[in-house]
Amino acid sequence: MSAQAIRVRDLVREYRRPRTSLTRPGPVVRALRGVSFDVARGERFGIVGESGCGKSTLLRILAGVDRPTSGTVEVDGLDISGLPERRLRPLREKLQLVLQDPMSSLDPRMRVRDIVAEPLVAQSHSGNRERVAELLRAVGLSEEAADRYPHQFSGGQRQRISIARALAPRPDILLADEPVSALDVSVRAQVLNLVTDLVEDLGLTLVFVSHDLSVVRHLCDRVAVMSEGQVVETGPTRQVYDDPQHPYTQRLVAAVPTIERALAGASTADLAAAELRAIEAMAEERTTA
Amino acid sequence: MSSQELLAAAQPQGEPHTGVGGARRAIGPSLVVGAVLVVLVVAMALVSFVWVPHDPTLVDATHRLEKPNGSYWFGTDKFGRDVFSQVLVGARTTLFVGFVSVGVAAVIGVPLGLVAAVAPRWLGDTLMRVNDIVLAFPALLLAIMLTAAFGQSTFVAMVAIGVATIPSFARLIRSGGLQVMGTEYVLAARVAGRRTTAISLRHVLPNVGNLVIVQSSVSFAIAVLAEAALSFLGFGTPPPTPSWGRMLQESQELLFLAPRLAIFPGVAIAVAVLGFNLLGDGLRDYLDPRLEDRQ
Amino acid sequence: MSTVPVVDDTAPSRPVAEPVLQVRDFGVRVGHRDLVREVTFSIARGERVGLIGESGSGKSLTALGVMGLLPEGLTATGSARVAGVPFDLVGASERRLSTVRGRDLAMVFQEPMTALNPTMRVGDQVAEAMLIHHTRPDRASARRAGVELLDQVRLPDAAALARAYPHQLSGGQRQRVVLALALANDPALLVCDEPTTALDVTVQALVLELIVRGVQSRDAALLLITHDLAVVATACERVLVMYGGRVVEAGPVDRVFTRPRHRYTQGLLAASDLLAVDDRGRLATIPGSVPPGGRFPSGCVFRNRCGHATERCESLPPWSGESAGDGFACHHPAAPDEGWGAGGRP
Repeated sequence: MSAQAIRVRDLVREYRRPRTSLTRPGPVVRALRGVSFDVARGERFGIVGESGCGKSTLLRILAGVDRPTSGTVEVDGLDISGLPERRLRPLREKLQLVLQDPMSSLDPRMRVRDIVAEPLVAQSHSGNRERVAELLRAVGLSEEAADRYPHQFSGGQRQRISIARALAPRPDILLADEPVSALDVSVRAQVLNLVTDLVEDLGLTLVFVSHDLSVVRHLCDRVAVMSEGQVVETGPTRQVYDDPQHPYTQRLVAAVPTIERALAGASTADLAAAELRAIEAMAEERTTA
Repeated sequence: MSSQELLAAAQPQGEPHTGVGGARRAIGPSLVVGAVLVVLVVAMALVSFVWVPHDPTLVDATHRLEKPNGSYWFGTDKFGRDVFSQVLVGARTTLFVGFVSVGVAAVIGVPLGLVAAVAPRWLGDTLMRVNDIVLAFPALLLAIMLTAAFGQSTFVAMVAIGVATIPSFARLIRSGGLQVMGTEYVLAARVAGRRTTAISLRHVLPNVGNLVIVQSSVSFAIAVLAEAALSFLGFGTPPPTPSWGRMLQESQELLFLAPRLAIFPGVAIAVAVLGFNLLGDGLRDYLDPRLEDRQ
Repeated sequence: MSTVPVVDDTAPSRPVAEPVLQVRDFGVRVGHRDLVREVTFSIARGERVGLIGESGSGKSLTALGVMGLLPEGLTATGSARVAGVPFDLVGASERRLSTVRGRDLAMVFQEPMTALNPTMRVGDQVAEAMLIHHTRPDRASARRAGVELLDQVRLPDAAALARAYPHQLSGGQRQRVVLALALANDPALLVCDEPTTALDVTVQALVLELIVRGVQSRDAALLLITHDLAVVATACERVLVMYGGRVVEAGPVDRVFTRPRHRYTQGLLAASDLLAVDDRGRLATIPGSVPPGGRFPSGCVFRNRCGHATERCESLPPWSGESAGDGFACHHPAAPDEGWGAGGRP
């Protein structure tokens, strides 16, 4: 067992869009342009970025459902970057995923017990009934939930079911893609506490992807800030938040509304100042070009 | 929920558990009415095996073109055959027609669509192009060719229609299947370690099931009408076997003299088509776990 | 007012004119069930009011109801008057409402793609909004005004962008087009329902500023509906807190967010504070969850989740303030200087 749970080196992911002209091939999209970072065992690592920064692509590669164009990804010492699906079993046992949308992350035609047991079935475990009951209890749901369908639950409860499913095969690493973004504030607090409890009790390594800096700051020890397929800044969350070095991180931090800042007198103009400056700069470039 | 989500939820296909827009009962009027009509047609077919008032194929020149009376409940046609008995026995043909053609189309079309949805893009696209070629081929021409090769029979006509219907199923299932493959729960299944075959059977098939049901009922209706058309042209059910379609064809020349000869088989066809359509709608709703009665 | 504020009341002193929006005793029911009850508030010219609530609070239904956009099967009761509109919006016919929407009052929803016609160029859509309500005499001047509006929302190279189709724009750009559409006819009231929830945080900052600028330059009233407390704190002057279909607290942002009185507001603020954790590193939470199916308890709608509830709470708590815009409805409110409760700050 290596000390690093995850090692990513020079990860590149490019793909071609479908062609729109007969003579020229489609444009190349560079979703990841050379990403490198490490996640230590037991660490809570955040990845922050806005849409299009590549964080979803990165997550899919880490989860083994996409292949990088080049670069390496080592999970617990195993290089998964070139492996075909049939050799990925060790990854599937160690690493599981919780997704963002509580509506579409659960198959509406499956009962909860089948949903939660799915990783166990896929990995040929037995004793699933008891395990499912255990998991539902661990995420704060009653055992009766097992017989019901997803649509009978609220958003927060569905996320709990997602978490139960992810924990079923006893993974060491939990990847979470915006798991609380779609939830109400009070529900978010409950689910975040649940995640903290589980990560602590089970000694999990957590990789938490979000566009919400404040959530990442609360939950994670270290954070990587991504923009346009690259990691622009990494460091302890407190430090990155309080003293951002990279201009993009600074823009990001400046744009986040908080009650504190608002009460201290920050207005929408203050939040948008950096964005407006960026627009002015682009407009000037255009007129001089 | 934002107002946008509320408005979306209130659309007829929305989620009833929000209490907005009204809940749908699992057993709706469509299912009931559809089931009743279908049962009626099935009953007619079954009864015809056991009893008919008169032999529908018996030509009787002394009772030609009689109006409905105590002996001949729907009257007789130009050959003196009892219309009611023909309608009863014709139900068999109709059901046979529907099930064979939809059966052929679904048994081949659904797996084809599934494979095209879960397979790598290039394979799926190739399959769909082949599918399009079959789709473009006129069903009628196929029916004629097969009839020329194998002789005129209901079965041959239905296989032809079935084959011609395969592309609709395949295309629909592929499209629905692609949507399912793009969902987060399929992503979660892949991360859980499920193989493609398991995903297609455990996730894709149940979630496109409703499409299959609706398409089947629509195709059933089309097959019934197609058989009628083929019989009309002389390629469907050969005489003297009663067929609602052929009855329509034969009534054509006497339309103004005895419109009832068109009306009786016409209404029978309409009842069967309507019944299967409604049944399909009702079944689709009944099988959707999201549409349980929540109030 | 019975309470003496410790901090200056931030509601600026304006001449007391007819409010732009006056909602009285507004309710929404489906069948025999009330989803929204006894909602009363008003917004004055140039004022920015936030409406906060979580799922099931009724905030979106209130917004929809006021605009006459409730889905089939839901009925609105009570009254909603907009300045300059001679009839009550509640119960008005679709025909009458369509003369008012887009002109005296405008709305911005969460998802811009459904508000824009995908087959029409964006410049034409903005121009169309003006031509429908006859605020510009002809197509040419409407087009020019459209480009002007797109420029006001800081869309780059507005004249060229006006010829683009919605799918060619990013989410943030589309939402700005929707904003331009909404402001095209200088509405007296702009209603925004989760306008930035689907946007990136940097784009959100921009769009919020554009919304505020847009209403300020027109001296229009703003009703901003969202679940995001920080957004309301930044963009609005006053806030209404809804839970269980009722307004449970209202007042100036500064007061409500530093010294909440209703126990739900207190709990909500504490739960939203991601910086404050207990000694185990856990966030504050409101116990329990929103009852499913909208079946809130009688009397005080929050009592089944409130640590301070007693028998008294079985009866509906009266409104504490003199006006509907400042007060709370709680039998056991927090003390005026209690702040966010145990584990919370301010």
